[in-house]
Amino acid sequence: MQISGARMVIEALIKEGVTKVFGYPGGAIMNVYDEIYKQKDFEHILTRHEQAAVHAAEGYAKASGKVGVAMVTSGPGFTNAVTGLADAYMDSVPIVVISGQVPMSLIGTDAFQEIDAVGISRSCTKHNYLVTSAKDLPRILKEAFYIARSGRPGPVHVDIPKDVTADIAEFDYDFEVELETYKPTTKGNPRQIKKAIEAIAEAKRPLFYLGGGVINSNAAEEVRELVHKTGIPAVETFMARGTLRYDDELLVSMLGMHGSYAANMAMSETDLIIALGARFDDRVTGKLSEFAKYAKVIHVDIDPASISKLVNAHYPIVGDVKNVVSEMLKLSDKIDPDRYESWRETIKNFDELHPLTFYEDSQNIKPQWVIKRVGELLGDDANISTDVGQHQMWTAQFYPFTRPRQLISSGGLGTMGFGFPAAMGVKAAVPEKISINFSGDGSILMNIQELMTAVEKNLPVINIILNNNFLGMVRQWQTLFYDNRISETDLSMQPDFVKLAESFGGIGYRVQTKEEFDKALKDAVKQNKVAIIDVVVERFENVLPMVPAGGSLFNMMLLEKKEK
Amino acid sequence: MSESIRRVISVIVVNEASVLSRITDLFSGRGYNISSLTVAPIPDTKYSRLTIVTEGSLRVIEQIVKQLHKLIPVLRVYDHVDFVEKEMALVKFSVDEDISDIAALCEAYNGKIANSGDNTIIAMVADEPKRVSNFLNIIKRYNPKEIVRSGAVALER
Repeated sequence: MQISGARMVIEALIKEGVTKVFGYPGGAIMNVYDEIYKQKDFEHILTRHEQAAVHAAEGYAKASGKVGVAMVTSGPGFTNAVTGLADAYMDSVPIVVISGQVPMSLIGTDAFQEIDAVGISRSCTKHNYLVTSAKDLPRILKEAFYIARSGRPGPVHVDIPKDVTADIAEFDYDFEVELETYKPTTKGNPRQIKKAIEAIAEAKRPLFYLGGGVINSNAAEEVRELVHKTGIPAVETFMARGTLRYDDELLVSMLGMHGSYAANMAMSETDLIIALGARFDDRVTGKLSEFAKYAKVIHVDIDPASISKLVNAHYPIVGDVKNVVSEMLKLSDKIDPDRYESWRETIKNFDELHPLTFYEDSQNIKPQWVIKRVGELLGDDANISTDVGQHQMWTAQFYPFTRPRQLISSGGLGTMGFGFPAAMGVKAAVPEKISINFSGDGSILMNIQELMTAVEKNLPVINIILNNNFLGMVRQWQTLFYDNRISETDLSMQPDFVKLAESFGGIGYRVQTKEEFDKALKDAVKQNKVAIIDVVVERFENVLPMVPAGGSLFNMMLLEKKEK
Repeated sequence: MSESIRRVISVIVVNEASVLSRITDLFSGRGYNISSLTVAPIPDTKYSRLTIVTEGSLRVIEQIVKQLHKLIPVLRVYDHVDFVEKEMALVKFSVDEDISDIAALCEAYNGKIANSGDNTIIAMVADEPKRVSNFLNIIKRYNPKEIVRSGAVALER
């Protein structure tokens, strides 16, 4: 059929099964918004800032496993979206961002709201397109969705000049995407898999090292089965939280800079790392030359470039984690779980020596208590988003995660302001779960305008601010490494968060005691409205354990033991 | 860090807008080095061929190859091991220099006088990059006015 470029965008979104689009209109994308006005197949959610639109699309994608979509205009609309693209790129989140561009005839003339969008997005997207003709649109849009979700997922940016959305051309979406130059390997090499199994069977102290790829490939179920069949302990990265249940006996918590003592020691002592969809990020490994010195490495990843990038892999397996783990399961009879009994015992002793915990030793609420308490009250009923900083690490340490895609956070890029808009996207994708956003008094203000979106679209996110009047994580580093020179991190000057929430039509609570917190959370859940719970917490609490940046994983600053 | 080695890498890419930027952005963004780069379409196909001379440790070279592969319009990447490599250079001299000496030198480096004008001549050589460097070193005594090197091209044997 012959339709306009703008209409093609709508048709393509419908054919891709998109139900929510997050966006913000403007001059160059108006033709598309005119078509959005005329359709009823998907809901457009108007955020109050383009960055939030992309984070919301990310939240939607991470929670649902489907491709998230954001739409913005040219120039500043696009540049505001760049942080979201970069965030999605670092965390391999499948999203498609469609931006308007000035008409073809004006490109290169420094026209109003013109910017070289594809030039900017090139280094922070999996792929990008500048559409130069309406007849290319169906192919490009279909490729964009295909590239975003296949292989190692990632953001794809499609920049469409205004005249291209106005032009009429033939629309045919009924074809298979065939890209001669892009064919991700999803099936692992059977010989390599066999060798890996043999290596596991011979190892004395093997350790599963689970990364975000497990979540992305929907492999948690298979991974749980493999872990239990083999009896091999597992550590999770921040991105993999929820792969194993928090109470799983074989889970040794999170590893890395703020990982548990047991997890980091297990990683330092293991003789065989079984890395599944993990990428040996610097926040995980600490000092590379001291990292897992005794270990051989099995590395399963869909992205060949992740393998042997930082840590040499002795058994590289390129493939989709779900596929590879399914194949490993078929051979897992060769592995005797009893063989690792003393290794499991060793790790248990590590954990008993320095368990992941905190002390209630002040008048004030401890931030960790808040996380734990929400876990006790809501547990599996909540999806958890976070912003970035101390509260994020405490969430990873203390929330009792029970399933994959329960924790939605900005890992690689560490984007403050991610949490609230992402939580809206999560709520839009999974309305039956309570959407909690743990935030700090720094992060929350970075996308606070989204209160309006959430209230308008009835996306009842409960924002829990662990308020220590500090940019806490930076303050922690200043205390520990900069001789306590608190440079520009004191956030004592604050808005009244209760009135702030109320002024947007949400509910606000200011909480100073545990009793007040319980009451506030229960009330917020019951009222099912957009809420801010502003919790006054101990100001100077540090996130521990901590591996100082560039230090060895086994050299942790630990919580000082206290008599109970 | 392990020792830095010189490496010649050929990349076959779909001949489309901004594909060259994707390659060069990858190098600059990840801190890889480009010593030389040539690019031209492959006749009768929709592809172009780039030849990149780079330097880095073995791990870096491996990453370069893998990261290039990851780019969507990249069809193939050759990390050359056993290959023929040539580079061309053009050099402009004044006609007052000893032209017959220059011509003889050119011949030794697989070249010739490519053009002669009223005031200047242009010499051309095509040889292995190392030999081209030698040539350019030797002809310094004839006061070259302008020098251009093409960058290397290579084919695996």
